[in-house]
Amino acid sequence: MSEHDVLNPGQMPQNPEKATLEGKNKFMGFWFFLGGEAVLFASLFGTYLALNDSTNGGKSSEELFGLELVFIMTMLLLTSSLTSVYAMYHMKNNDFKKMQIWLGITVALGLGFLGFEIYEFYHYIHEYEFTLRSSAFGSAFYTLVGFHGGHVVFGLLWIVSLMIRNAKRGLNLYNAPKFYVASLYWHFIDVVWVFIFTVVYLMGVL
Amino acid sequence: MSTLVATNKKSFGSTIWDYLTTVDHKKIAIMYLIAGGFFFILGGLEALAIRWQLVQPMNDFVSAGFYNELITMHGTTMIFLAAMPLIFAFMNAVVPLQIGARDVAFPFVNSLSFWLFLFGGIMLNVGWFTGGAADAGWTAYAPLSTTSPGQGVDYYVLGLQISGAGTLMGGINFLVTIVNMRAPGMTYMRMPLFTWTAFVASALILFAFPALTVGLFLMMFDRLFGSGFFDPSMGGNSVIWQHLFWIFGHPEVYILALPAFGIFSEIISTFSKKRLFGYTAMVFATVLIGFLGFMVWAHHMFTVGMGPAANSIFAVATMAIAVPTGIKIFNWLFTLWGGNIQINTAMLWALGFIPTFTLGGMTGVMVAAASADFQYHDTYFVVAHFHYVIVGGVVFALFAGTHYWWPKMFGTILDEKLGKVTFWLFFVGFHLTFFIQHFLGLMGMPRRYWTYLEGQNLDLGNLISTIGAFLMGVGTIVLLINIIKTSVKNEKVSGDPWDGRTLEWAIPSPPPFYNFKQLPLVRGLDPLWIEKMEGRKGMTPAEPLTDIHMPNNSFIPFVMSLGLFIAGFGFIYQKQDIAWLSLVFVGMGITLGCMLLRSVKDDLGYHIHKEDLKKEAGE
Repeated sequence: MSEHDVLNPGQMPQNPEKATLEGKNKFMGFWFFLGGEAVLFASLFGTYLALNDSTNGGKSSEELFGLELVFIMTMLLLTSSLTSVYAMYHMKNNDFKKMQIWLGITVALGLGFLGFEIYEFYHYIHEYEFTLRSSAFGSAFYTLVGFHGGHVVFGLLWIVSLMIRNAKRGLNLYNAPKFYVASLYWHFIDVVWVFIFTVVYLMGVL
Repeated sequence: MSTLVATNKKSFGSTIWDYLTTVDHKKIAIMYLIAGGFFFILGGLEALAIRWQLVQPMNDFVSAGFYNELITMHGTTMIFLAAMPLIFAFMNAVVPLQIGARDVAFPFVNSLSFWLFLFGGIMLNVGWFTGGAADAGWTAYAPLSTTSPGQGVDYYVLGLQISGAGTLMGGINFLVTIVNMRAPGMTYMRMPLFTWTAFVASALILFAFPALTVGLFLMMFDRLFGSGFFDPSMGGNSVIWQHLFWIFGHPEVYILALPAFGIFSEIISTFSKKRLFGYTAMVFATVLIGFLGFMVWAHHMFTVGMGPAANSIFAVATMAIAVPTGIKIFNWLFTLWGGNIQINTAMLWALGFIPTFTLGGMTGVMVAAASADFQYHDTYFVVAHFHYVIVGGVVFALFAGTHYWWPKMFGTILDEKLGKVTFWLFFVGFHLTFFIQHFLGLMGMPRRYWTYLEGQNLDLGNLISTIGAFLMGVGTIVLLINIIKTSVKNEKVSGDPWDGRTLEWAIPSPPPFYNFKQLPLVRGLDPLWIEKMEGRKGMTPAEPLTDIHMPNNSFIPFVMSLGLFIAGFGFIYQKQDIAWLSLVFVGMGITLGCMLLRSVKDDLGYHIHKEDLKKEAGE
């Protein structure tokens, strides 16, 4: 049996992302990677909490943040996590077309989030002159939220390239783990945002 | 390369290309050994320059500024570019063999880890040629590091960032390898202790390195992009760096020490001809040390002013680590007890390690006492302490492991006579160098000062210390001669020269590139020994002879790492001239492009057919 036949079985298994050893390795390795990412963000959160009052005479978080915008952003990102769950549901049912559609919706919601975030940063910089260089608070804010934003950009590029690459050939046991792992990454980004929403915005305003 | 004819004579160019593109864990191990060995010698030369400067009071062998660069680069090089890669060399060479696997879980990522480490290491050292290397100490405390002029500290930050990424990937790789790739019957509690320590050390890497990553990012932003994390005039706080650095830095000590313990456990058990005493306790002590390793970072910061409550908690937690470590020391002694002991070079290092490391542990408990630490802090007492632990523990283990696993890695055996000469020169030299430093420290000599005054009773101690350092240097040269002599002689040995106990000794030396023709069936701890005791020559196969699936070689890891290397220069010099930013785009473009290429291009590997395997065996 050639490699091609192994990866394209007549009947897709229940969990195509974990059907091969490579898939199992990828699945586990990615969970470990997310463990490391959790420490990375924990370090950034710790730094932010230590510096969020160090405004250096500039605007404080109460004066800067508006919960309306952040609420919309949160809804967009939370919904995108849900749609990526739908995509994975269709992957397990071996329905490639529906998976692509739901991944497309996920990407659209992610882009919406990103657009609002860019607007938010632009607003702070031009209206309030609140930048990375204005205070330790500014440094900590842009680094924490910016790292998250960077993860969103990377996640979007990743999902889009997977969608384009596999658009013609559909699902197999080689690319199923890739889709699955990318969706795990997307969930992780969402979880981090929940903490940012709480620690940075809610605690900053209330 | 779907045939087995890989051992034919190859041109020099194709050998180089083979190593640049290899994903074979055994070849990557050899590259780690060579690169780590190179940096070990570099760091050693820096150490000798430090000692030569301190040979007499008011010496002016080097300037004060250059001395700062020497101490910074000595520490950084030895920890990140010598000890870590050499540990990875043995993890790569041995762990897949010990668990009966054909490679690591992610061979491609394994190669990427190596090249990231190497390019990061080169980056760190580029500073020497561009107006001065990093000079803020290996700990790079802010604000000393954030205000250090020149680009030295920038190279430190970017170099460590790149090589740290490689280390993190290596850690994940070994975690998954050990969880998913064990041969049939190789349960967790049958894993050799070196594999266990590699496993726990990998977990420590996974959870410790991201803290360093963040610390380095913050420092990079402060130095290169004008942020104010560590700058009090912008409301920043320089103690944040210390916390992030030591949240990484203390587990790092165990990342190095635990595999060292593993190496000694293998050697002591093999050459005592006994099962490791208290195997279960050893495993749990390893896990416990790994866990406690995260609870003690602030003992490096007793004098910062965290207050008595924090100091007490961290002092007690630190002292608690002495318990599992003590368990290990006693288990090694009980393994020796009543054993049929064979003393060769590897065993000599192990026997030298036990008292040496115990001394380092004793002074460890001393500096863990927070109130007393106010006296020891930043003196030569601390320098003596951590060299007893890192050299007496880790470097001794690396020497021991080199002798023990050299036959498995290269198929030849290092000369015993020269090996023993190396041991005695290094062992005596080591104690001569560092034992006296305890007393220099207690007499008040501060670390990191480039010179000292006459008439303070520091002269003789420093002279002795310098003599010892040069003895270590001579010992290392003898090892290099030994390696050259052995390689030139090229006398092949059998696959099992030590009458070994674990799986790596069940296959030829050096192993075929697919490691195990048939995966072995593991029936207990020390699986090969069990088979030997029951009169079999080798392992019982757990599977019929079938096609073996192998990964393809790839040049992408090299290029991907090169991209980050190029981007590093852009980040550093965009501060002078914004045009350098173009290098960031070029470099990051190369790296991200490689990632995209890797993602979209299928890499299915190839099969070795069982007919070829049979043909090779002459059937």
